[in-house]
Amino acid sequence: MGKTLRKNPLYLLLFMIPTVAAFVVGFVYPFGMGIYLSFCKFKSPKHIDFIGFKNYLKLFEGGTNSERFLQSFWFTALFAIVSTIAINVLAFTVAVLLTKNFGGTNLFRTIFFMPNLLGGVLLGTIWKILINGILSVFKDSLTNRGIYGFIGLLIVLLWQQIGYMMIIYVAGLQGVSDDLKEAARIDGANSKQVLFKVTIPLVMPSISMCTFLTLTNGFKLFDQNIAMTAGLPNHETEMLALNIYNTFYGTRGQMGFAQAKAVIFFLIVGLIAILQLKITQSKEAD
Amino acid sequence: MKRRIALLLASAMLLTSAVAGLTSCSDDEGGSGSGKKGHVYYLNFKPEVDKQWQELAAKYTEETGVQVDVVTAADNKYMEKLTTEIAKEDAPTLFQISGVADLATWDEYCYDLTGSDPINELSSTAYALKNSEGKIKGLGYVSECFGIIVRKDLLEKAGHTLDEIKSFETLKAVAEDITARKEELGFSAFTTPSLGTGNTWRLTNHLSNIPLFYEFKADGLSADNPPATIKGTYLDQYRQMIDLYLNNATVEPSVATGTTVDDARAEFIDGKAVFFQNGDWEYGNITKDGKVTNDQLAMIPMYIGVEGEENQGICAGTQAYWAVNGDAAEEDIQATLDFMKWLMTSDTATTALADEMGFSCTFKSAKTPQNYLDKFNNDYAVAGKEVVTWAFTAQPSENYQLELGSALSSYAVKMDDASWGAVKAAFVDNWATEYAAAHE
Repeated sequence: MGKTLRKNPLYLLLFMIPTVAAFVVGFVYPFGMGIYLSFCKFKSPKHIDFIGFKNYLKLFEGGTNSERFLQSFWFTALFAIVSTIAINVLAFTVAVLLTKNFGGTNLFRTIFFMPNLLGGVLLGTIWKILINGILSVFKDSLTNRGIYGFIGLLIVLLWQQIGYMMIIYVAGLQGVSDDLKEAARIDGANSKQVLFKVTIPLVMPSISMCTFLTLTNGFKLFDQNIAMTAGLPNHETEMLALNIYNTFYGTRGQMGFAQAKAVIFFLIVGLIAILQLKITQSKEAD
Repeated sequence: MKRRIALLLASAMLLTSAVAGLTSCSDDEGGSGSGKKGHVYYLNFKPEVDKQWQELAAKYTEETGVQVDVVTAADNKYMEKLTTEIAKEDAPTLFQISGVADLATWDEYCYDLTGSDPINELSSTAYALKNSEGKIKGLGYVSECFGIIVRKDLLEKAGHTLDEIKSFETLKAVAEDITARKEELGFSAFTTPSLGTGNTWRLTNHLSNIPLFYEFKADGLSADNPPATIKGTYLDQYRQMIDLYLNNATVEPSVATGTTVDDARAEFIDGKAVFFQNGDWEYGNITKDGKVTNDQLAMIPMYIGVEGEENQGICAGTQAYWAVNGDAAEEDIQATLDFMKWLMTSDTATTALADEMGFSCTFKSAKTPQNYLDKFNNDYAVAGKEVVTWAFTAQPSENYQLELGSALSSYAVKMDDASWGAVKAAFVDNWATEYAAAHE
């Protein structure tokens, strides 16, 4: 089969058509359209006027629009960093524990993974009710202070994502040969040294993968945000995606502006993701 | 052999997709060919009556053979759905707009209904929504009212009667008396004002209708022609009403920021509060478990302390207008108009709209729904009180309402002048900002 493919490139093309078509229809076209719309003014899809860089300039001209976007950016960045560190440290710890030989590891893995199967809005709503139930005892509620929202969102995201990252780490850890660890121990390494000098360098690809996923997820967080705090109090917990969403749907006539924000958002997340991949990949052992 | 199977599979794939393409083409022709029946695609706004609409559509198809598709947008996702659906080739032929501010956005899509059959079936021309050029673009199909829903039985248990309450001062006196004896009575005056995320609309839309209504009235303005700026003349009254709600509710103000309209309704049904600010659309929810019956219910106006409010009645109006997609094929537009006329005149449809969906429809042939709360709107009107029309539909954008809700939520935590300053900014200054942004 492989030979046939190489002999006749027509086959290659033929088999690629469905995927390429889906990719173009589902990604390339909307993406290009999105970029085009960021240079336009439109209220409804019928009348789209090209206005050049005006939407972008609006974001940099100062005033409430720029301040809110910047505030959202810093809140999002802080949240993404804190959640990335917390999720990965905890997921890795759980994975190490669940690759030891004791009964019920599979059951635990399943249980830890389960929250990941629920949708963000549902999770956000349930946790909001839970947290408000506890806070009401202290005459308080989730949206009364920005820090509550931050911690609340963090709890939900940790609960949801630790299980998923754990599965990736478990797979990585199982790929580390026992021979290597045993050899290290015979050479006199203690268990801490084995972990940091042997195991971690060898699961570095998993770490790259997981930090990439958690960092970008942190930046893109939307469902949980809108369900839990919706940006309250006073936009303090409004993340970038929600800021863009509110601009797009909340005020007619600002859709192009929201689109420009979205393009900037894409560039920020893309840049950060590339940087992060470069850094962690450079640490991967050969 | 393998090669042959691969070839076979590949050609089968291509063939099926080609065929699929062809059949969809022929479908299109069937639908839009001249002289054909046309079809109706209704984008429904109210998720709670989706099932009833589906059934009604099926009945129409059975009767006339005209295909009617009803698609319902999820809660709070109507704008999103309409924005994407309208851009499609097979766009909705019948959709809903919420008023004049909304019409400014969708005007170019709306078919001119002036002089059409459905418009002639309206009980009053007040329900015809006109654009800036005076063309009728929307048909208000359901009339709703809101005020303060009262548990008469609890009020009497507390030693008060409805006749006592004629103004803000008297409402306040009753509420504060109940609060003072809260423990002994076992219930509070008001339900939670529900300032949780996504639940502030009772205050941001409905309660703010009162100060807006009086301001528009004083300044000779109309919600049909929304002003670019407002002054907030009656903001002090708005504040004293919100203070009354916060200070006399079932929960502390700082806890109210985490509660929902569902919580408020549950408190009202469970007999934990006497007053529940909401509209006649809650009737079904309140009475469905049988815990609360008609003889326990009443609705009174929202008195906030404006001079002359003794003459104030219930707030009544519509926020639900049908609009026909002017871009649809001619026969589809005709089919849609026919469908609307059927909805407004046929026995089947008017019965379903009244009895199954509980709508007080605005048609000449509309049936009266079994909604006990509507009675109070009529009673006040008959007694010569002024029907408070809907001014909040002039609010410039959804963000305006969200911003106001956010400010009110922060105000509930501190209840001081500084945080009220933010509410004032959201009420007055942000009106101008959002109006400008929406009309940019």
